[in-house]
Amino acid sequence: MRSLKANGVVIDDTFAEAFGMRATALIITADSLRWARQAAVTMTGYATSVIGCGCEAGIDRELRPGQTPDGRPGVRVLVFSMSVAELQKQLRSRVGQCVLTSPGSACYGDLDGEEPLKLGDSLRYFGDGWQISKRLGARHYWRIPVMDGEFVCEATAGLTRQAVGGGNLLILGVSPRQTLAAAESAVKAIAAIPDAIMPFPGGIVRSGSKVGAKYKNMSASTNDAFCPTLKGAVKTALDKDIASVLEIVIDGLTSEAVANAMRAGLRAIVELGPKHGAARVSAGNYGGKLGPHHYHLKDLSPKSASGPGSKGPGP
Amino acid sequence: MKPLVLRLRAAPEQRLDLSPLAPHRLAGKSAREIAAIELQTTRRRVQVGDVFALSTGNVENIVIDGGSERFDGVGEGMNAGSITVKGDVGNQAGRRMAGGRLTIQGRSGHWTASGMTAGVIEIAGDAGDRLGGPLAGETQGMSGGMVVIRGDVGARAGDRLRRGTLIVEGGAEMGAGSRMLAGTLIVCGGAGPRAGYLMRRGTLVLGATDDDPGSTFLDCGVHDLVALRLMAAFVSGASRDAAALLRGSLRRYAGDTAVLGKGEIFVAA
Repeated sequence: MRSLKANGVVIDDTFAEAFGMRATALIITADSLRWARQAAVTMTGYATSVIGCGCEAGIDRELRPGQTPDGRPGVRVLVFSMSVAELQKQLRSRVGQCVLTSPGSACYGDLDGEEPLKLGDSLRYFGDGWQISKRLGARHYWRIPVMDGEFVCEATAGLTRQAVGGGNLLILGVSPRQTLAAAESAVKAIAAIPDAIMPFPGGIVRSGSKVGAKYKNMSASTNDAFCPTLKGAVKTALDKDIASVLEIVIDGLTSEAVANAMRAGLRAIVELGPKHGAARVSAGNYGGKLGPHHYHLKDLSPKSASGPGSKGPGP
Repeated sequence: MKPLVLRLRAAPEQRLDLSPLAPHRLAGKSAREIAAIELQTTRRRVQVGDVFALSTGNVENIVIDGGSERFDGVGEGMNAGSITVKGDVGNQAGRRMAGGRLTIQGRSGHWTASGMTAGVIEIAGDAGDRLGGPLAGETQGMSGGMVVIRGDVGARAGDRLRRGTLIVEGGAEMGAGSRMLAGTLIVCGGAGPRAGYLMRRGTLVLGATDDDPGSTFLDCGVHDLVALRLMAAFVSGASRDAAALLRGSLRRYAGDTAVLGKGEIFVAA
């Protein structure tokens, strides 16, 4: 495979392959940022991959009091799923179990979407007849009496069918410590990009997967080509000096958000350089036949990148 | 583009129905056609040209320069554009209004905003009885939009209010929020007796009352509610007084339990 080199970091001439998803955005507020964040963290827990969790969710950004509908500190959360029905189901159960229950919380839609998803409209029955509908201009809220006052929840949240899931960067390093440092620097840079989340723990996944497995009941299994302990035993994608690989998976409300996030992550990895960070960056794809969105690393690389660099084995 | 200006020639000799002077009803009409529109409410014929001197302009924005408490139905049924009256108006201003903005720089009469469904009405002075209320035989009053009264209002403001926001920066006479079905009525000043009388649902916010709500309203205590913050943010652009009231300490009464009992009165604590 041809590759580029920037600040000593090899960038594979390959692409990340991503898929269309359905998504929504919420604002969760509370009396303090701590409790808004707590509700958001709880709601987006166990939401790393649609394969096993039904949805992928994460915190987009924190909001100052002046940026939220009720003037309290808040957190913007994005939720992605493969179908509208599943997204609706996840929204109801996650907001109902994790936000409604959190002290002082309130929940609002934060996306002018193509069509509405039920939010408070499906949670209002918890009020057992004491719920109060309140329309203020174009916004419709439900006030549900709870033990610390009222849970205010907007009736609906906007849906977008233009979301993209599965943007990714594979970060390859000569030691686990350097690889993690590069991944952490990328996560920090991507966190500043609006409309995009990294749903895995701390934004990083160490167990990248391939489609299928030798076992019939497994739809996905370990990405053996990127496992350093197997590089002598399988058709590996790794150079001899690579000792650790970490992946960052990115979901965005738009394709542009995913591209911006990958660009920011790539820049951070390159700026850190190979001495303290990654030796090489690649991306995961399925040959370009499954996902309609392709993000080529050469298009997202910092302008200082120059090629051709060292040749690495192809994925 | 400059507005269509109707300059009052002299005080009218009878009550006039100004409802034909809404932007959507004047669209496509020439100045001569507008001047020939009849406004009388008695057998004596009165045309627009008899009452007003016209300065042609965009009919989407109408200025009536000079008011009278005999001008009824100003802005009735308007659905877009704006009407500004430099003076007083009579009854049923903004009746069944469905959009646009109606500004009265003086006082307005009874049934202001009656049956209104959308849009914004601002009255600089006082308004009469039954603000937003239904006429005889109708089951619902105002069902959308926003009305701001900078002065006081008469009796039974918000009667049968279904949806929308009514703000009174002054005081209200007896029966504010009577028979409310839903929606929001905010009275920044004092409210007369029997506020919220027979209200089923909805929110009534009072800066003060002559006395406690009646025994059919149940004291639920003083709370700092997120819903009140949302309401304060929503009204802050239209009325700083109303926003300040909503941001203050308010006691919640649930009622009227003489009927459904799912409404609420907030009173400054």
